[in-house]
Amino acid sequence: MKDTSVIERHIMSVLVDNEPGVLARVIGLFSGRGYNIESLTVSETDPKLALSRISIVTSGTPMVIEQIKAQLARLVPIHAVRDLTEHDVAIERELALVKIINHGEERIEALRIADTFRARTLDSTLDSFVFEVTGNSSKVDAFVNLMRSLGSVEVARTGVSAISRGNNIDLEAK
Amino acid sequence: MPKSAPAAEDAGNSASTTTTMMPGAELLLKALEDEGVEVVFGYPGGAVLPIYDALFKNNKIKHILVRHEQAAVHAAEGYARSTGKTGVVLVTSGPGATNAVTGLTDALMDSVPVVCLTGQVPTHLIGNDAFQEADTTGITRACTKHNYLVKEGAKLQPTVIEAFHVAASGRPGPVLIDLPKDILMKEAPYQKDVIRAAATARYRPATEPDPAAISAAVDMMIRAERPVIYGGGGLINSGPRASKLLTDLVHMTGWPTTLTLMGLGALPASDRHFLGMLGMHGTYEANLTMHGCDLMLNLGARFDDRVTGLISGFSPNSTKIHCDIDPSSVNKNVAVDLAVIGDATKILEALIAEMKKRKFKPHKTSLDKWWSQIEMWRKRDCLSFNQTGSIIKPQHAIKRLCEMTADSDVYVTTEVGQHQMWAAQYFDFHLPNRWMTSGGLGTMGYGLPAALGVQVAHPGATVIDIAGEASFMMNMQELSTLSQYNLPVKMFIINNEWMGMVRQWQELIHGGRYSESYSASLPDFRKLADTFNMTGLVARSSDELEDVITQMLDTPGPVIADIRVAKEENCFPMIPSGAAHNDMLLGPEDQAEKPVSEEGMVLV
Ligand SMILES: Cc1ncc(C[n+]2csc(CCOP(=O)(O)OP(=O)(O)O)c2C)c(N)n1
Ligand SMILES: [Mg+2]
Repeated sequence: MKDTSVIERHIMSVLVDNEPGVLARVIGLFSGRGYNIESLTVSETDPKLALSRISIVTSGTPMVIEQIKAQLARLVPIHAVRDLTEHDVAIERELALVKIINHGEERIEALRIADTFRARTLDSTLDSFVFEVTGNSSKVDAFVNLMRSLGSVEVARTGVSAISRGNNIDLEAK
Repeated sequence: MPKSAPAAEDAGNSASTTTTMMPGAELLLKALEDEGVEVVFGYPGGAVLPIYDALFKNNKIKHILVRHEQAAVHAAEGYARSTGKTGVVLVTSGPGATNAVTGLTDALMDSVPVVCLTGQVPTHLIGNDAFQEADTTGITRACTKHNYLVKEGAKLQPTVIEAFHVAASGRPGPVLIDLPKDILMKEAPYQKDVIRAAATARYRPATEPDPAAISAAVDMMIRAERPVIYGGGGLINSGPRASKLLTDLVHMTGWPTTLTLMGLGALPASDRHFLGMLGMHGTYEANLTMHGCDLMLNLGARFDDRVTGLISGFSPNSTKIHCDIDPSSVNKNVAVDLAVIGDATKILEALIAEMKKRKFKPHKTSLDKWWSQIEMWRKRDCLSFNQTGSIIKPQHAIKRLCEMTADSDVYVTTEVGQHQMWAAQYFDFHLPNRWMTSGGLGTMGYGLPAALGVQVAHPGATVIDIAGEASFMMNMQELSTLSQYNLPVKMFIINNEWMGMVRQWQELIHGGRYSESYSASLPDFRKLADTFNMTGLVARSSDELEDVITQMLDTPGPVIADIRVAKEENCFPMIPSGAAHNDMLLGPEDQAEKPVSEEGMVLV
């Protein structure tokens, strides 16, 4: 095994039974064992089997990343754990809703930048916009930072959702 | 009268497909019977009254009424660890459940299969801060292997089935089922046999080792010149066959073998390959063999910090094979070269088969050389002590207890402290499931209730709680339980009038400032025995010791033996926190020379 102390960022996908307490179990595992959560998203993905998919962005040394996977895998309601960073080039996307309040030139600049980022305008008033921007986290970061320099900004981000490229299935129910 | 209706799922499947409706509490007991439950350790209260009512009418399940819910869990642990079965606990909501938390944590740390049934306020009151409501699943999420809140009668039976399955399979542990009172009273569907497969399907930990890993392990073993086998509690949890196979493996290889605190008994202590326990209070030869080996075969141990000491100095030049049923134990504390995931019995079977296939032969010359080195370490006789004069040395008391019970099948539990380590060092175990101690959590107050549970499981056996006087007082309300059921537990109190282990650390690390570690105002243990209708004995000097032990063993009922020992004895050998295996304190002479490092001081 690699024995390095380099901190790596990993995206994990976890398939779980959509039952009460399951998210608390996952989050409790991370907080109880001192692992990082950079973002966590969850939603039911298979209503028939009542399964949810959790995407977690975490960071740690290779030994810690291996621990996180093993610790997740032994929770009873967890069907499968996949480290998307390790195996594949994963596609990661995040959606942000960005509200900006500003006037005049800065307002026009904001619109122009939104256009280059392919952000959609969901709402506007005379002194505000709400943009929807999608992309990987660094694109969203860049967009938010640019907006911040152009007015007062409020942000809601979904956190990263990810899936692998290619024709393989990431996670299968037990 | 129970009403019957055909089960929806298995309509075509003969008589066994009928669903019977019955009150939840009755269903619960039936489901427990299906799991083979014979004994429940419990304490009643409002939320579980329906279960107690059903128990009143049930003549298959025996209920042992403890005096504190923590003790119920430890008793269930003692029962489980001495039988290999799952221990069962029944407590009420709120304080009943919170009192059980220490026991559950203990069972989690030591991988003991326990199912804990807790009462809960009725579903419509959950979340309202109702009387004796606690968020039991929330509180116990981190101290159980898994837990459930049953919110529908239809889930009751499958939940019980899955709970027992989860508790006992893979790496065992405690599982809790929270039972709202309305669920216990309303009718719920019960199906005989048909739902088991479905209810156990989603938890299937791997138990069969990967043949490629087995083969790779044997490759490494063939090359070993300075090997060691390091066995742990996984060998015990796997069942007595694992211990038998370990013994075979040891004899096939002739390899030196050490066991953790949790693994004692997996190899008979009398086996000449046995180096004794390793770790913080392990033997000189076990720790130096671990330090100097070139191949470490870990069987069901988890590189606990009490075992490894300073990680960077831990067995620095060895190739390490880690066999464990729990993949999360691998590369957690110590990076290993090969992991073999599976049940210890199956791993040992596969290893032995592969070794036979490949006509495994240990490296005779290097192994002989290795053994002569180990024998040199052994000659240090690190567990020697001088019993001179009339003051009883604690080591001597335990050694004599061991010798005087050598011919009977004894079960030993302990509390936590110096006496626990001395028991591990000086009491010899020849079989698995005979030694029950709180290893991972180090719970004072464990030994007495655990002994109670062991005695319930083995009514005719000699069960001894080797106790410290301070720990003993943490759950001594259970004397009343022993008395009620006439459980003949022998409580052998190593009474040094100190929280000895705390005193020892204060002496070694905190400049001899004995802050709050004196056991003041101790009761007269003989009179205490008297008030609970049991026998009390005291040994004040070495010439009284043998008589007291004899009397204790000959008395048919429970006995408290107050063994007044040397007060300031320290437990050696000792690897101080933050030191490596080759940096051991062997006795009082060393302790002055090798002060504990600053990094070591922050460690527990
Ligand atoms: C519940 C609990 N509280 C505190 C401790 C910390 N502790 C460890 S050993 C010990 C002293 C035990 O004293 P005693 O039972 O007399 O045993 P001795 O060390 O004297 O043999 C204490 C307080 C613990 N292990 N468990
Ligand atoms: Mg003491």
